[in-house]
Amino acid sequence: MVTKAKLKTSLVAGAIVLGVPQGALAQDTIKIGSVLSATGPASFLGEPEDKTLRMYVDKINAAGGVNGKKIELVIYDDGGDANKARTFATRLVEDDEVVAMVGGSTTGTTMAMIPVFEDAKVPFISLAGAIEVIDPVRNFVFKTPHTDKMACEKIFEDLKKRNLTKIGLVSGTDGFGASMRAQCVKVAPNYGMQIVADENYGPRDSDMTAQLTKIKNTAGVQAVVNPGFGQGPAIVTRNYAQLGMNNIPFYQSHGVASKSFIDLAGAAAEGVRLPAAALLVGDKLPESDPQKKVVTEYKQAYESATKQPVSTFGGHAYDGLFILVEAMKRANSTESEKIRDEIEKTRGFVGTGGIVNMSATDHLGLDLSAFRMLEIKGGDWNLVASGS
Amino acid sequence: MAEFLQFLISGLTVGAVYALVALGFTLIYNASGVVNFAQGEFVMLGGMVTVFASAAGVPLVLAAFIAVVVAIVIGLLLHRLAIEPARGASAVTLIIITIGASILFRGIAAIIFDKQFHKLPGFTGETPINILGAAVQPQSFWVLGGAAVVVVALYVFLEHTILGKAVLATAANRLAARLVGINTTTIMAIAFGGSAAIGAIAGILVTPITLTSYDVGTLLALKGFAAAMLGGMGNPVGAVIGGLLLGLLEAFGAGYLSSTYKDAFAFLVILIVLFVAPQGLFGRRVVERV
Repeated sequence: MVTKAKLKTSLVAGAIVLGVPQGALAQDTIKIGSVLSATGPASFLGEPEDKTLRMYVDKINAAGGVNGKKIELVIYDDGGDANKARTFATRLVEDDEVVAMVGGSTTGTTMAMIPVFEDAKVPFISLAGAIEVIDPVRNFVFKTPHTDKMACEKIFEDLKKRNLTKIGLVSGTDGFGASMRAQCVKVAPNYGMQIVADENYGPRDSDMTAQLTKIKNTAGVQAVVNPGFGQGPAIVTRNYAQLGMNNIPFYQSHGVASKSFIDLAGAAAEGVRLPAAALLVGDKLPESDPQKKVVTEYKQAYESATKQPVSTFGGHAYDGLFILVEAMKRANSTESEKIRDEIEKTRGFVGTGGIVNMSATDHLGLDLSAFRMLEIKGGDWNLVASGS
Repeated sequence: MAEFLQFLISGLTVGAVYALVALGFTLIYNASGVVNFAQGEFVMLGGMVTVFASAAGVPLVLAAFIAVVVAIVIGLLLHRLAIEPARGASAVTLIIITIGASILFRGIAAIIFDKQFHKLPGFTGETPINILGAAVQPQSFWVLGGAAVVVVALYVFLEHTILGKAVLATAANRLAARLVGINTTTIMAIAFGGSAAIGAIAGILVTPITLTSYDVGTLLALKGFAAAMLGGMGNPVGAVIGGLLLGLLEAFGAGYLSSTYKDAFAFLVILIVLFVAPQGLFGRRVVERV
């Protein structure tokens, strides 16, 4: 029988024995930070990102870590609040002393955190959409998601192939819709596009027939593009069919690239085209596609671990984490500046968002091939064969 | 002409929903002097409960009935647990309570249901009907007809039943109503239950057109409130006309002027009306009648 005193002694001894190597282990970890909007209004972005980072850091550590060192992940939740994000960014840099950061779910939180990481010279791979994050190029800031400008270009490229040049825009006035509309207007001349109708709707409007009737009655409209996010595009699509405009080709943005859009718009969504990441159509990609392996593996891993359908947002976090891990392997160092240099040298990285080729002037590294043009047919996505 | 008709019907359909929300505001305002900012949440409940009940296999009619009952129960609870205990408080305090309640309902709905958008099938199909060149969803007629039925039913209730007259009496003078033996607490409860039911019906009718989610109530409450102010707070006829007018202003504003500024345009007209007639279009008549 073990007496109380004996038990106490052995516990203390055990703690001493176990405690020493634990301290030593802490020296052998690489600290990576993250600030995500895992709760709050942007949780649809932050939640899959959070799950993805945790899942893959565990996987990397189980496989032996990076350069023989385990990754220690420090994640803070900013709740979508840019002020909180900045506070957490300072904490990551000053208290946690992370070597790099993968995070920043929204453009707002990212922009608030950029000065902190720039000052501290810590590489920051953002998961936010807007082009402002990397334009102008900042030394330590990178990002993984496609920009709305690329979505416009992809749509215009497709329109050009179909010899359609006179377009109508119907855009949401929310941040996403307004930003993409501005980018589309900006790049339209590069593709010989002429915007003959330009209408807007509020993000919570429940009826867009007035705007669409106006576009319908505008002479010469050959195609309509709807930059928007949330339920707005679903209502626009339904109104589009209601007004019998299906004979005019209709383009949505990557903002609606989720199954729920097809569910909400129903039969009205038939024939709608949109640019989207390969992740959505992983099972439909040809075997020869370089992204096929990455996207199907990520989709399977994410869905089996979380029991939720895969989203492109989690994919951005996957890309950010592995761009960083590869850079650390190449740098064979945990010095922030060396890691930064290697991130910038990322070439031919195959991620869920596309094939990344960064350079000193391009901290995103994606080209238009990262987007696939899809058409909704039979209630499902279908890849549009180029030139059709 | 076809264009005009298209705008007209779009405006009336959206306006009918604003009118129903405004009616809910009016009913509670009349009985208690409180502007109930949780009114939009009743619309949300109507749509969301119907969506989730019918997704669980309940027939649509029964699901809609359940939704109305749920909304009424929540309306009564709101009155019993939040408004009644604060009986003596000023109107501003009570309004703040209803704002708090609306945030609470929204939060609970986000947890119990989800944060996704949902739709309902149109009650009588979704093939647009062509009226002189304007394409109209069959559901629009349900919304307009449903709103008309609710308005007539409310009118009959208020003007031709003892209970309805008791509501009007409470609205006119609460103390005097109590002195003649009217249980004003019950009347208040009826007003909250009634406007919850009206809100829920609006939510059910409009979901096939506009889709629904846990947070649709905020904007609808704002628009319904604007409609009620435009028509004259406290006047049911004013609420209906204010709602329809607001819907038409938005549709014609977007159609003929600029879709970017259509909301600004609608609110500008409301501001002008309120400058000229601070009581709203029909506000004065009520005061005189009382």
